[in-house]
Amino acid sequence: MISPLEARYYRRRMPLLWWTRRRSYAFFMLREVSSLFVALFVVELLLLVRAVARGAAAYEGFLEAMAHPAVIAVNLVALAFVLLHAVTFANLTPRAMIVRVRGRRVPPRAVLASVYLGWLVVTAFLTWLVVA
Amino acid sequence: MTSSDGHITLRIARYRPDEGEAEPTLADYDVPLRRDWAILDGLNYIKDELDGTLSYRWSCRMGICGSCGMMIDGEPRLTCATFLTDLAPGPVRIEPLANFPVIRDLIVDLTDFMHKLGKVKPWLIRDEERPVEEGEYLQTPAQLDEFKQFSMCINCMLCYAACPVYGLDNAFVGPAAIALAHRYDLDSRDEGDRQRLTILAQPEGVWDCTFVGECSAACPKGVDPAGAIQQVKLAAAQEAAKSLLLPWRSR
Repeated sequence: MISPLEARYYRRRMPLLWWTRRRSYAFFMLREVSSLFVALFVVELLLLVRAVARGAAAYEGFLEAMAHPAVIAVNLVALAFVLLHAVTFANLTPRAMIVRVRGRRVPPRAVLASVYLGWLVVTAFLTWLVVA
Repeated sequence: MTSSDGHITLRIARYRPDEGEAEPTLADYDVPLRRDWAILDGLNYIKDELDGTLSYRWSCRMGICGSCGMMIDGEPRLTCATFLTDLAPGPVRIEPLANFPVIRDLIVDLTDFMHKLGKVKPWLIRDEERPVEEGEYLQTPAQLDEFKQFSMCINCMLCYAACPVYGLDNAFVGPAAIALAHRYDLDSRDEGDRQRLTILAQPEGVWDCTFVGECSAACPKGVDPAGAIQQVKLAAAQEAAKSLLLPWRSR
């Protein structure tokens, strides 16, 4: 039941483009959109796996398709978004996660440093895997 | 008027449904621009000297009572802690807190929050209450530090006004209520984590949050509600995984 007083309340609705009104909201939307580009990289990886499974000719065709300037341009944009995704995610970790070692709270900076260290180790391993 | 002649214009949202107004309108008031005046002093000047019909909430004037929160140039701020000189030359737009229904002028209805706050049980819950004769539940300074920042909340609702998730769908429990629930979860004297988790793990609980983070940016007391919500998410996920892997151990 809504009282006569409540019936006179002025109720505001958020405009469709609410995220354009503040820089921080717009940045948040960029961060959210970045997940689409993460999905794009996943799809490309799956396509690569499929091409490898189908043999040498399919693999060569895949490489040719990926070397197309338009694909490279899209992938560069995607890379920028994926980096944004990864950096913002890493930076938020210490706030979401309280780590305790032997009952004592690990300072947020140390948690953040270990996240980046982990990232570096994985990147180094993948680089070695691809290059070697 | 500009700051050079010692005045600043406050552009204030007025809404007077009892006079048949269907929506708010903006009205300009010139108030003295003094170095030691906060927005709230300007509003009090209007109320005392220019227009006694202006309605707004305030009490302590020192950032403790949490009643004078408003939108200042579109940002949720405490009007007692926002100084006129920082906003000169103006005009300064003053509107009621976003995301809440407006009752009149700068006053919003906070019933929704009051209801939600009670739902998350922000009090000490014990499996078995100890009799008073046995004394207090003791706590070390280190245990106090675990939750202290979350206990600084003054229920000013700036975080709700900053939260687009709450603005789009007010079924969301919201930042302050979750931060206060988390404050008790982290309290060494409390044993009510599970009870609160069943409430907070609902879809309208922590999972509605998309970590915009603006609640923590808006908080005038340095509380980090966004962090609290993610920590509860982690606890809820761990609890869910545990009951999936070890169903016989979950209650």
